[in-house]
Amino acid sequence: MLKYILKRFAWMVLTVWIIITLTFFLMHAIPGDPLDVADVGSSDAASANLAAYYNLDQPLAMQYVTYLKNVVTFDFGPSMTSRSRTVNDMIESGFPASLQLGLATLFFSVISGVVLGVFAALKHNKMIDYLTMILAVIGISIPNFIQSMLFINYIAVNVEFFPIARWGTYRHVILPAIALASGPMAIIARLTRSNMLEVLTQDYIKTAKAKGLSTMKIVVKHALRNALLPVVTIMGALTAAVLTGSFVVERIFSIPGIGQYFVNSISNRDYPMIMATTVIYSTILVVMMFIVDILYGLIDPRIKLHSKED
Amino acid sequence: MSETLLEINDLAVSFSTQGGEVQAVRGVSFAVAPGETVAIVGESGCGKSVTAQSIMRLIPEPPGRIKHGSIHLNGKDLAGLSDKQMRSVRGKQIGMIFQDPMTSLNPTLTVGDQLTEGILTHENISKSEAEKKAVELLNLVGIANPQERLKLYPHQFSGGMRQRIMIAMALMCKPSLLIADEPTTALDVTIQAQIIDLFKEIQKKTGVAIIIITHDLGVVAQIADRINVMYAGEIVESGTVKEIFYEPQHPYTRGLLTSVPRLDGDRSQPLIPIAGTPPDLFSPPEGCAFTSRCKYAMEVCRAYDPAVTHLSDRHFTKCWLQDERAEKPF
Repeated sequence: MLKYILKRFAWMVLTVWIIITLTFFLMHAIPGDPLDVADVGSSDAASANLAAYYNLDQPLAMQYVTYLKNVVTFDFGPSMTSRSRTVNDMIESGFPASLQLGLATLFFSVISGVVLGVFAALKHNKMIDYLTMILAVIGISIPNFIQSMLFINYIAVNVEFFPIARWGTYRHVILPAIALASGPMAIIARLTRSNMLEVLTQDYIKTAKAKGLSTMKIVVKHALRNALLPVVTIMGALTAAVLTGSFVVERIFSIPGIGQYFVNSISNRDYPMIMATTVIYSTILVVMMFIVDILYGLIDPRIKLHSKED
Repeated sequence: MSETLLEINDLAVSFSTQGGEVQAVRGVSFAVAPGETVAIVGESGCGKSVTAQSIMRLIPEPPGRIKHGSIHLNGKDLAGLSDKQMRSVRGKQIGMIFQDPMTSLNPTLTVGDQLTEGILTHENISKSEAEKKAVELLNLVGIANPQERLKLYPHQFSGGMRQRIMIAMALMCKPSLLIADEPTTALDVTIQAQIIDLFKEIQKKTGVAIIIITHDLGVVAQIADRINVMYAGEIVESGTVKEIFYEPQHPYTRGLLTSVPRLDGDRSQPLIPIAGTPPDLFSPPEGCAFTSRCKYAMEVCRAYDPAVTHLSDRHFTKCWLQDERAEKPF
């Protein structure tokens, strides 16, 4: 097992390195550079100074090597859009809010998605099934920024409990988290439902019934576990997506998260920030995929985790 | 015949499908005495398994529906029980074994967990006592090192061993009746023989009554006390093993018996099948359902359903050939 984890870790590092490399060179391959975007006036001297400050005057290969050296020590460099703050500062100040919001989103979407999916499957072709699936279609089809604005306009404005915007207490988390969660919830609900429907026709469910177990026990112990495997699969990508914040929803609710950096860094040609957001996203993604693989083994004992030589 | 453990009376089960109503079981009656082995034989789709699952009320409803008839266990009508009461019958008073041991065990739970969960639901005992019981039963069904094997998962066992585990599981709560739905069909021939021996052995040791559903007459000959031959949702002939094997009266029973390949027979002779296919159970024929495949079919067979003729106190058949006016072909 230790050998497997070490091996996987090596692969994860390799994957992130490949992503860094590709992003780095692709980013530089786009015509123009950050100094064109930044308002530095027409002074050639100023431009030269800035280029030197950001290492942009060096050959690309040298820049790449310098960048890799810094990244290994988790130094993402100075930001090109903020005079005084480094990329590290900006990420550190924004990430907690995005992380909290992301975890709340994950919690809402997984719990409600699985519960709705199970109920729909148990009441297959009955009212609850149809209602759940209608809810799922609504969740998928209404974009979360529309939901955010509807929530603010109809709930936050009328119910004092929910703040209209900004960040701080747990009460600030609920509405944006629900807006972000409804899409993933719908996907999870549909997935859970179809898997449950399939699992419930399996022979071992009949065996469990023949033992005299209650429906609750059959569902929770025998069916759900087998039905959740595909749900766990999408959890990896889903988690990486929600933990790194949302540009739109964070903007609407004025949440100081990192979602904005993913979008703004591109239009600003802010090289260090583009790289930082890419590294963060891909790191979370490969770590989540690793966790998902471990979960597979825990959920289904037939899936063995070890490297081939073992 | 004084004591009856299970009594089924005029049971009819239908499934509603898009094409209409499939009458899977059409008026089946039989009884099982404590400690006896009753076989239900017949070809695929004749309603054997549906009958067995109706006893446990495991027919999915909808689309399935018990149209009429009664099932009494120890004099108690199972149809009248609430779902909760029925759950205390399943697994506790009636144990059930299914056809395919490869898919009948949950792949994600340990064998020990699956063995003990039934008894933990039905009886007020501790987990360690339940495990002790599981070890005892795994010993009985012939699984070596049961203590260590409780921690293993189903995929770590062979098919034959899984069926042994299924049998142990069905016996956990000392049921008075064991329903085995084609327990040997999915197994190798050598394993089949072992499982049949195992059934005989556990019956001797525990006195459990067994309903065995199969299309394998070899299995039946070895294990059953009485045989019910089913065709198109009805019992067409019923009797003791001797009566069915030596004095079969219904043409279908005769057909089944002559279609069995014989080890000492002439190898150059082709096998003798029963020609034709079973009737469509969407709209069962007016008269005897076997008419279209019967060598001895008469005018009357097409028009009227034959009555039950008793040949001894245990042996009966549903066939017009038994009528005194019919010419006896055999």
